[in-house]
Amino acid sequence: MPTPLRLHLLGHSTPPIAWALVWGLAGVVALLTLGALAAALLPRLRPGRDYTELTQRVNSWWVMVALLAAALALGWQATLALFAVISFIALREFLSLAPARQEDRLIILGSYLVVPMSYAWIAIDEYGIYLVFIPVWVFLVTPFLMALIGQTRNYLQRAASFHWGEVACVYSIGFIVWLMRTPQGEPMPAGPAGLVFLLLVATEFNDVAQYAWGKLFGRHKILPTVSPNKTWEGFIGGWASTAALIWLIGPIFAPLAGLNLAIMAALLPVAGFAGDVTLSAVKRDIGVKDTSHLIPGHGGILDRIDSLTFTAPLYFHLMTFFVLHR
Amino acid sequence: MNVARLAFLTLVARPLARFFTGADVVGPGRLPEAGPAIVVANHTSHVDTLLLLTIFPARLMARVRPVAAADYFLRGPVIGWFARTLVGIVPVVRAGGLHEDVLAPAREALAAGDIVIVFPEGTRGPATDALGPLKSGVARLAAAFPEAPVTPVWIEGAGRVLPKGAVLPAPMNCTALVGEPIRWTGDKAAFMEALRASLEALRRSAPPQRWLSEPPDPPPTTGAAAPTAR
Repeated sequence: MPTPLRLHLLGHSTPPIAWALVWGLAGVVALLTLGALAAALLPRLRPGRDYTELTQRVNSWWVMVALLAAALALGWQATLALFAVISFIALREFLSLAPARQEDRLIILGSYLVVPMSYAWIAIDEYGIYLVFIPVWVFLVTPFLMALIGQTRNYLQRAASFHWGEVACVYSIGFIVWLMRTPQGEPMPAGPAGLVFLLLVATEFNDVAQYAWGKLFGRHKILPTVSPNKTWEGFIGGWASTAALIWLIGPIFAPLAGLNLAIMAALLPVAGFAGDVTLSAVKRDIGVKDTSHLIPGHGGILDRIDSLTFTAPLYFHLMTFFVLHR
Repeated sequence: MNVARLAFLTLVARPLARFFTGADVVGPGRLPEAGPAIVVANHTSHVDTLLLLTIFPARLMARVRPVAAADYFLRGPVIGWFARTLVGIVPVVRAGGLHEDVLAPAREALAAGDIVIVFPEGTRGPATDALGPLKSGVARLAAAFPEAPVTPVWIEGAGRVLPKGAVLPAPMNCTALVGEPIRWTGDKAAFMEALRASLEALRRSAPPQRWLSEPPDPPPTTGAAAPTAR
């Protein structure tokens, strides 16, 4: 087995990086290069259509991949910082569109404190407290503070929205960073970063595959009142493609084999679809198509991480279940 | 070019705008690319000015100058220095006398090729999504510079980040929606009407980054039992 890669930056060396991850990243870069070629060649091969969005999408992917690769290479601290920022921006997008009254301004200001507090439990490795912090304590305290302020119109709707935002944008996303905190003694073929890599690649591949299958073969609408562009063909084609991908590359990056691998391959693409559709329902209720214009070609951060809000906790909990029941 | 101002705008103001508002712009291609030009926006917060100053590319930033009330921004030496040197305001006297040419500084800025930001509501309104009455000074500016495009911009959500009277800003996404430029046609009433119509249309296309509004109280039902103490 070759010795893992260590990068030396400014006199510090990074945690060991498994060669599987280097090859994995090379694969992602190869796919992105294909996308960039398509965006450059399509206007010449099939002119007359607007390919701006495709170009923007691919360009944004380069930036996102670079940020994620750098964070994973630098270790859990950098990954924690990156996802804390992602959680903050997603929460800001959500709280700005959620139903809120003028009296909620201080509640919203205070809600941002949940981001550093929640991520702090990951930094000091307090998993038990993390599990109950947002789902129990933030859930109880926020409505109480709202009651103290005294505005009861739309009270339940406002309190429920704030909690939905904290769970989706902060709590769920935090599980990605928890993967980086996996104890060294656990069997990991490509280290903790390999676990994150597989989750992110499978989730984003699923998004792209569902979209591509839907574009190519979509006929029968699957949830017309929520997501008019989603079709059964897209869902099934995406599900099969992603399940095959996880089945093929899963064992390289995560301790998955046999039945465990099959369960992960079957469930993760369903969770990705569920996250996508759930945020679509929220956006449809609010009356917007995208949560912001932060990422050119994609929309807001929350549009980009919608599937992850479901796949991250599912992936994390399946992994821990497999470890505890081996 | 004022180095201190450009440094302030790019190193302080722009990161602050990104952090507190997300600085979303719809239709950035419709913003003027050179002066003289007039940008007209609704006004609910100082954040409006922060956003409008920072959504321009760096090469234009030092040319962008908000028209601001002299009585408010030049009330002390420190805020006056900040407003003039770093924010680059064009001061106007709100309570100007009948014969005083209150718009002279704005005309000078336009003559120098600057991009002048005007808030024709005259003051910061409440953080609702309503557009207040527009003052017609902007029409006189447009008449004096008929070649300058007048670009309407609706800013949604700024009044929630820092409403009038608030001390602590709360990060909340805002959207600046840029409309098609309007040209001076020679008719003041028609010009003001076109401006208002454009701002109202932009407001209707804005994402709902606003507070839930107060539904009217239900009318008191006659004959119902009087509320009793519980």
